[in-house]
Amino acid sequence: MARAARSTGGVAPPSSTPLRRALSAGAVACLVLLVLALPVLLETRTYELARAAEYAIAILGLVVLVGFTGQISLGHGAFMAIGGYTSGVLMFHTGVAGALTIPLAGVVAGLIGFFFGFPALRLSGVYLALATFALAVAVPSILKRFEGLTGGSGGLVLDVLAPPGRLHVRPERWLYYLTVSIALVLFALTWLLLRGRAGRALRAIRDGEVAAVSFGVNVALYKALAFGLSAAYAGVAGSLLVIDSGFVNPDTFPIELSIRILVGAVVAGLTTLGAIPLGALFIEFLPIYSQQVSQQAPAVIYGAALILIMVLLPSGAAGLIRRLLSPVIGRL
Amino acid sequence: MALLELEGVEARYGQVRALHGISLAVEEGQVVALLGANGAGKTTTLRAVSGTVRRTGEIRFEGRSIVRGSPEGAARLGIAHVPEGRGTFAELSVWDNLRMGAFVRRNRRAVSADLERILVHFPWIEERRGQQAGTLSGGEQQMLALARALVARPRLLLLDEPSLGLAPLVVREFFGIVRMLNQEEGLTVLVVEQNANIALTVADRAYVLEVGEIAVSGSAEELRRNESVRRSYLGY
Amino acid sequence: MTEFFQQIVSGLASGGVYASLALALVLIHRSTQVINFAQGEMATFATYIAWTLIDRGMSYWPAFVLTLLVAFVGGVAVERVVIRPVERAPVLTVVMVTIGLLVLVNGAMAWLWSPEVKSFPSPFPSRAIDVGGVAISLQDLGILGMTLVTLTLLYLFFRFTKVGLALRAAAVNPESSRLAGVRVSWMLALGWGLAAMLGAVSGMMIAPTSFLEPNMMQVIIIYAFAAAVLGGINSPVGAVVGGLLLGVALNLIGAYAEFLGPELRLPVALAILLAVLLVRPAGLFERAVVKRV
Repeated sequence: MARAARSTGGVAPPSSTPLRRALSAGAVACLVLLVLALPVLLETRTYELARAAEYAIAILGLVVLVGFTGQISLGHGAFMAIGGYTSGVLMFHTGVAGALTIPLAGVVAGLIGFFFGFPALRLSGVYLALATFALAVAVPSILKRFEGLTGGSGGLVLDVLAPPGRLHVRPERWLYYLTVSIALVLFALTWLLLRGRAGRALRAIRDGEVAAVSFGVNVALYKALAFGLSAAYAGVAGSLLVIDSGFVNPDTFPIELSIRILVGAVVAGLTTLGAIPLGALFIEFLPIYSQQVSQQAPAVIYGAALILIMVLLPSGAAGLIRRLLSPVIGRL
Repeated sequence: MALLELEGVEARYGQVRALHGISLAVEEGQVVALLGANGAGKTTTLRAVSGTVRRTGEIRFEGRSIVRGSPEGAARLGIAHVPEGRGTFAELSVWDNLRMGAFVRRNRRAVSADLERILVHFPWIEERRGQQAGTLSGGEQQMLALARALVARPRLLLLDEPSLGLAPLVVREFFGIVRMLNQEEGLTVLVVEQNANIALTVADRAYVLEVGEIAVSGSAEELRRNESVRRSYLGY
Repeated sequence: MTEFFQQIVSGLASGGVYASLALALVLIHRSTQVINFAQGEMATFATYIAWTLIDRGMSYWPAFVLTLLVAFVGGVAVERVVIRPVERAPVLTVVMVTIGLLVLVNGAMAWLWSPEVKSFPSPFPSRAIDVGGVAISLQDLGILGMTLVTLTLLYLFFRFTKVGLALRAAAVNPESSRLAGVRVSWMLALGWGLAAMLGAVSGMMIAPTSFLEPNMMQVIIIYAFAAAVLGGINSPVGAVVGGLLLGVALNLIGAYAEFLGPELRLPVALAILLAVLLVRPAGLFERAVVKRV
């Protein structure tokens, strides 16, 4: 499916006339403003919006991996768990403020992802999917085993997130702005990264490994790096997830979480950064609204959505938007 | 009425048109050869008949149009296509390959009678029935493919480049069996061949294809005497 | 020593369950090159159908047979409706579709039957018999016997029937199969139907001991994946051997390597899976296709 949508959309505009550049800069500015204003506009949903931003970070990681190297991971929940537990354990045992543990969570998850990425190199397509799936199922049981550190299946109860110092902000707003700023930074970073040399290398790998090798791309290293980067994003997302709940146990990161992130990435279209927030909003708000029908409705809808999108819209929301907008953009 | 008739048949692979309106006929009991250079459309013509390529135009088998049919439908009508590369089920045993040939047939007793009759021509098959077909030599695989096609008791046999990659002796043996079956049992054959010499010794009629069109046609005798055919395809 | 034999037998029993499910995965993978992530959920769904039938007063074996039929039809229907449209799509698209199916079926089960744990009857007595000083549970023996019967029937079907032959042929050479008159796309559906039946057997065998709930197969399917990969994802014999080996290995680890504890059985299976994949990317029973990069 990565191949179905070869066009690079938000990553590298196909041509950049001055008008187009001005327009896209304007659009990005408007979006950023909107994102910053959201908690004021949707006061009561601030917490859920922060959650969506966390998902967006995790989805971003998955898109980097799937969309740009063609590798699949069904186990990003595992890396979220690693990040989340890094924060949780640090906060619980040393009393460090949650926000300070985020970078370390990213680094730890990233390193583990990087080293997982090397064996993963040898696994193609379906096997990698299998291995990561197994990883996601296995991590909660590993966490339960090391009870002294992780609190076992009972988990760890942590301090509730508080704004630093005498800052008078409501906690959920502080959470929202914290999460969103991290997300924005990571998005910008990824965008810059994918625009340059590394991005070209990754796309070359996705479109044909053998050809990429013959152009002198160190496939092994780039794939492992992509895996590490992707896992680092997941770690950051997991860390934020733990910080905002003030609690962590193995069930914070069930296999459903991995699948949910995957659904978000698929809804967003896998190859474009621009549509990721849509995917994140989808997976955050769908359960909230559909649970009124039945407790199990979200799962059924997720599943049906995944199937329908793969069958009808293999390029996801991004593809749909692009198709709808292409008459407009084409004329500019 | 001819057993097989093609009228203005076109076929394409994606954007590339491989056949530009082919018309030919195969009479019951005949061996007809399709000659031509690489890329002339010989293989595509066979594929058009069996339905393994998208085609338009008119194809009639026993007077009925089959141009909308599927490959499995063609097999059920009695068209046995031995494709390029022989279509061996490499991972199945020799015997299972033969059983696959009989897939379209219902009468079990008739099948085993036919098997007995066919194996007279291929005595070695019986001894190696349990062997994986992929481990046979090229010539053996080609013989097995012929045997497999014959078990289906076809009304029409399509052979694609049977001589490809085989030793001259094996090629002669192969065509010897084809001719014997044609003469003794009236088997109708449409064969694609690069090796025009041997094809014209077996065939009753032949068509020469050039870039997706029929350039020359006639009896095997006429083609052998045709100056340009001789120079381009027979090499003397 | 006697305990050792008991552990082996009960390992073989659970290994038989993994083997059935692994074989289901292999059947589908051989013909469609797809790993069906929803295989476990489909098996659980079938088990729920059996539970409903028995709950409504049907006796065990009729319910068992009827469930197999329903599972078969269900498997065929899933292939026709969900997999067919993506038949020609890249592998990952199909993988995503089966994951969608996993989530969908899992949610549907919780919706239809509630997520509560249900007890499922066993057709075998819960006694143990004494074989030369070794007490062997009839439960384990029954499950193992059931697995062997299923596998034997399946083997006979593939080996000696025309449809079985066509299924094998369609898996190795679809183009030639069509030329021989086989309706290949229906063979794929048939393969899904058979796989669903196998899954149903494994579900009904495991349910008495693991209890029935929507996530019943989530861990078992990982074992089945591991077994299938262990044996080579295209090798039916490998899947069965892999399943039995894994069952015995996990049981022995559980019994004799207590420091690992029950929580680490799954990670151990995962580690085995990864190790095998790294050393022999195509499994123990398959020749590797060389890929140079």
